[in-house]
Amino acid sequence: MNARQAAAAVVDPEIRVITIDELGILRAVDQDPATGRVTVTITPTYTGCPAMDVIRSDIRRALAAAGHPDAEVRTVYSPAWSTDWISDAGRAKLTAAGIAPPAPVRAATVVPLTLAVRCPRCGSPETEQISRFGSTACKALWRCRSCSEPFDHLKAL
Amino acid sequence: MTGRYDFALRLGDDALIAAQRLGEWTTRAPEMEEDIALANIALDQLGAARLLLTYAGELEGAGRDEDALAFLRDDREFRNCLLVELPNGDFAVTMAKLLFLSAYQLPLYTALTECGDERLAAIGAKTRKESAYHLDHSSLWVKRLGDGTEESRRRMQSAVDQVWPYTQELFAADPAAPVDPAALRADFDAVVFPVLDEATLTRPEAGWAPAGGRVGVHTEHLSYLLAEMQVLHRAHPGANW
Repeated sequence: MNARQAAAAVVDPEIRVITIDELGILRAVDQDPATGRVTVTITPTYTGCPAMDVIRSDIRRALAAAGHPDAEVRTVYSPAWSTDWISDAGRAKLTAAGIAPPAPVRAATVVPLTLAVRCPRCGSPETEQISRFGSTACKALWRCRSCSEPFDHLKAL
Repeated sequence: MTGRYDFALRLGDDALIAAQRLGEWTTRAPEMEEDIALANIALDQLGAARLLLTYAGELEGAGRDEDALAFLRDDREFRNCLLVELPNGDFAVTMAKLLFLSAYQLPLYTALTECGDERLAAIGAKTRKESAYHLDHSSLWVKRLGDGTEESRRRMQSAVDQVWPYTQELFAADPAAPVDPAALRADFDAVVFPVLDEATLTRPEAGWAPAGGRVGVHTEHLSYLLAEMQVLHRAHPGANW
């Protein structure tokens, strides 16, 4: 397993079904051709995301296991993370885990108009928002009017 | 003359003190969802504060990091606006404060993206997206309470009247700053007035304009807030877990 693959396989500590690569927060994995030292660049979903320290140490541990014990993890804030960076595979995994994936963010508006969010359990578009803020900074709490199940929705950002 | 250090410090202190106040609601909000929402917003403010205070420390060049700035300064050294240090009051007061704060922070962070300073621009691009959610959330509550029952309307109007004077400090002209706060007033009004109208609330008259936060002259409320926020760090310097 090379350094890129090792870093890409690290899972998000708060949404453990998706990797940091699929979530779009893994920005780069570089290796110094002279020293072989690996530098991993990540960006937070939300500025106050409390999972960042755990993600950094998980990356270092994964790279150490892949033969890079002195890897450095850098955090960048620009360009700002967008839910548009979540891969299709990542979206499918979120849905399978009962978390409705975000709609595409339209460039013109800061907060996108929320279109119908489909229930990740029964697929019904008859859903309603219970709270704009959920169990983690990146999620909102929704409820399905068809099957009555409450579910998390990853907010478009 | 406001350099980048003073400017970053002001913005960072606004966010830090707002985070601490919002955090006081944790386990005390009127409903579970709101408890989570206020904690989330506090966390966003704390995230912004960490970026801004880290940058302020680098600009100062005296070796102070975010923790040194947050925990080892006394009240007179804080540069936050008075609005954020005011006590939470009832839920209506908290929502009035949050509406005014986010209606100020959103255009401010947006303006940062074009202020010519690369770090501030990156911070603005990130934080404005979060501010938009804060503004949306507080707007909904102000409308719901204002255009609600007789009692909720009475309380919401009282909260707006009580907090409004403190908004004037936010827009004190400072042409030398990376973003002149006076230039944000029109954006603030364009957001806040329609919310108050839709909430069937009366727009407060301009009048008493308390100020002093930007030069370190605060209400006594800040001292109590800092005592609670700083005590652990001061008792156990450099503690970690």
